[in-house]
Amino acid sequence: MSASPDTFFRATGPAMPVLARLSCLIVQPVLNRVVRRIARQHPSLFARLGPHQGTDFVIDPVELPFALHLRPDPQALLFRAVPRDAAPEAGATIRGKFMLLLELIDSEEDGDAAFFSRDLEVTGDTEAVVRLRNALDDVDGSIAEETAEMFGPAGRAILARLRRAYPT
Amino acid sequence: MSLAELICPAGTPAALRTAVDAGADAVYCGFQDATNARNFPGLNFTPDELAASVVYAHERGAKVLLALNTYPPAGKVDLWRQAADTGARLGVDAFIVADMGVADYIARSHPGSRLHLSVQAAASSPEAIRYYCENFGVKRVVLPRILTIPEIREIRKEIPCEIETFIFGNHGLMVEGRCSLTNYLTGQSTNMDGVCSPASDVEYKRHEDGSMSSQLAGFTIDCFGSDEKAGYPTICKGRYTASHRPEGYYAFEEPISLNLSRLLPDLIDAGVHAFKIEGRQRSKSYVRGVVSTFRQAVDDIRAGRAANIADLVALTEGQKQTQGAFETKKWR
Amino acid sequence: MAVSDMTKLTLGPIAYHWSAETRRDFYARIADEAPVDEVYLGEVICSKRAPFHEGDLPATIERLERGGKTVILSSLAEVMLKRERKATADLASMDSPEIEINNAAGLFARGKRPHRIGPFMNAYNEATIAWMAAQGATHVCLPAEMPGPAIAVAAAAARDLGLGVEVQVFGRVSLAVSARCYHARAHGRTKDNCQFVCEEDADGMPLRTTDDRPILRVNGIQTQSESYMDLMPEAGQMIACGITHLRLMPQAIDMVAVATVFRDALDSTRGLDAAEAALRELCGGTSFSNGFYHGQAGYRRIAAAAAV
Repeated sequence: MSASPDTFFRATGPAMPVLARLSCLIVQPVLNRVVRRIARQHPSLFARLGPHQGTDFVIDPVELPFALHLRPDPQALLFRAVPRDAAPEAGATIRGKFMLLLELIDSEEDGDAAFFSRDLEVTGDTEAVVRLRNALDDVDGSIAEETAEMFGPAGRAILARLRRAYPT
Repeated sequence: MSLAELICPAGTPAALRTAVDAGADAVYCGFQDATNARNFPGLNFTPDELAASVVYAHERGAKVLLALNTYPPAGKVDLWRQAADTGARLGVDAFIVADMGVADYIARSHPGSRLHLSVQAAASSPEAIRYYCENFGVKRVVLPRILTIPEIREIRKEIPCEIETFIFGNHGLMVEGRCSLTNYLTGQSTNMDGVCSPASDVEYKRHEDGSMSSQLAGFTIDCFGSDEKAGYPTICKGRYTASHRPEGYYAFEEPISLNLSRLLPDLIDAGVHAFKIEGRQRSKSYVRGVVSTFRQAVDDIRAGRAANIADLVALTEGQKQTQGAFETKKWR
Repeated sequence: MAVSDMTKLTLGPIAYHWSAETRRDFYARIADEAPVDEVYLGEVICSKRAPFHEGDLPATIERLERGGKTVILSSLAEVMLKRERKATADLASMDSPEIEINNAAGLFARGKRPHRIGPFMNAYNEATIAWMAAQGATHVCLPAEMPGPAIAVAAAAARDLGLGVEVQVFGRVSLAVSARCYHARAHGRTKDNCQFVCEEDADGMPLRTTDDRPILRVNGIQTQSESYMDLMPEAGQMIACGITHLRLMPQAIDMVAVATVFRDALDSTRGLDAAEAALRELCGGTSFSNGFYHGQAGYRRIAAAAAV
């Protein structure tokens, strides 16, 4: 298996790759449901992506054991958790703390401000990232809330706990 | 006292609704093409989206201003004419224009409609402003960010139209509508294509030591140390060397944003009719934060209370703010 | 190259802060030796510089006219301060020589009396040119960043209206102007306290990227291209489209020789390759560009297509 060129965050210790793979397996069904629901509820989002519907985005929450791979192709939507060392070659990579990324998706935080403060890092195709940002920004309501709702009281509790755990 | 209307940016329908809900008196926006100066990827409105947005705003007592503030290159003027026709059909409350041909077309084809002179026309003297008022019936001028408050007060006395000034956001350094810097490096024109440092030509590189460099079309614009705040990859905010500045310096301006929150009463007193917030390319979060803050401030001032302005520095470029030329002509 | 005796070569206004003496010598040589038909005079960039050389204007005009040149006075690009407004109004009140207007304040003062439209006026399209013609414009200089196809449409429209149409074919391109003086800033001063430090850089102050790539030139409030734009290879095409005037911008090189090379190329007394080589020789190490004309990044040099 080829090593990721990314050295910013690397799981250490022999158990970590196993843990990363296990985590991916656990969250994958959730991701599938989340992305399909968003696509169904907010179809206009794809128009704003334009030519970047086929771009591979790697969303890298630095403190989680895995990264997320998004290919927002409406015909073959892909959103999966991948261990960092197995991440695909990204068209664009977006890197930051998990809660920041979540707040950016929900427009609770401003992407440019997070970039100015250096909390958010963008590499690769900048236009792809700008399009994704603008597409998500046109979605009303909270994607995080919608996702939590899908899992009922347990989902809402997890989201609330997450938010408490990451004071901003 | 003037009304001190709050003019707010919207890059998407969701941002427009956010701005209206946060208390905008008017929202300005543009179509998804070269007819406006924020022709950025994934941003702006389709005609259908604009139609729904105009209804949303009007139902809540807010106006919609359509930016048609670029300069059509010869042979492509029809795109601007069609955009104006669409805007008129959808009932936008004013057109923000810069090109004389576009202004003339709207004045003749849609005689009842209201024209605002864009900052892209760079009218910075009473004579220049009066040229547009007398020839095209312009009702409001958006002033370039280069004048001191006493100068604005003097201009007000000599012109027959309303004044709009920027109060927050990107601090443009070059005279708007006279800048080909982006075109020089990328082949895309600010005036003709509505772009400024297009994302397609921007690349960020992360280095081993934690620093990050920004490049535009392969030219290094800046390199930020691991602890340094960053700015937009625009040529006018870049770091360069000169023979006597071998260490590199911000030749035009450092990454910084305009924030005139403390000058609002003075601006109103000088005769400014409308306050403009820059940032159609920014997120709903920015729109919500900045618009609600200034809504509160303007309401306080109107009610004769001291405005208590929340700290907006986190939203500014380079996380620094300035009052620029409005505070002192030493800025020049 | 499509030969045209009708095509006029012009010399644009000096963008830099050359001393009065340098200017006198420069225009004396232009009057006597340069094969240009028309010369634009006057301070376009910074109103603070004007007092240094405006006293010489009458003599310079007389000298150039004696040399058979048509003289046009150009107005300031940026008009904000009282002295700038007054300078613009004064210029607009003149009956002769001709004037070229670079700011809407000048258009306001001029009313419907005849005038030329300068390159800072943003005459990008046929609708704007038609409007300007209806207000008394007799001649229009197109913005330097316009691509070839737009130039062709604009030239045809202007010609139909009976206007002269001009494009810059040589020299650094004005890329931006500002209210702030970047020469003063580079030396830790403000515009009001600049001490005319811009005089040190007769061809603009070079800026390089931090990885040492030449990129721009600072000239007071103006930002220029690092490269000299050279549209000699494209001139034939433009003349065929209806361009009547080709503008050379004064640089701190032998401008008489530059004008001679362009004139020779226009008259086909020198082949394009030889003329280009001669021009190259005159410009030292400065890079050439023509990207704007070809719809590409302005700094680029696009290889000439086969002459039409």
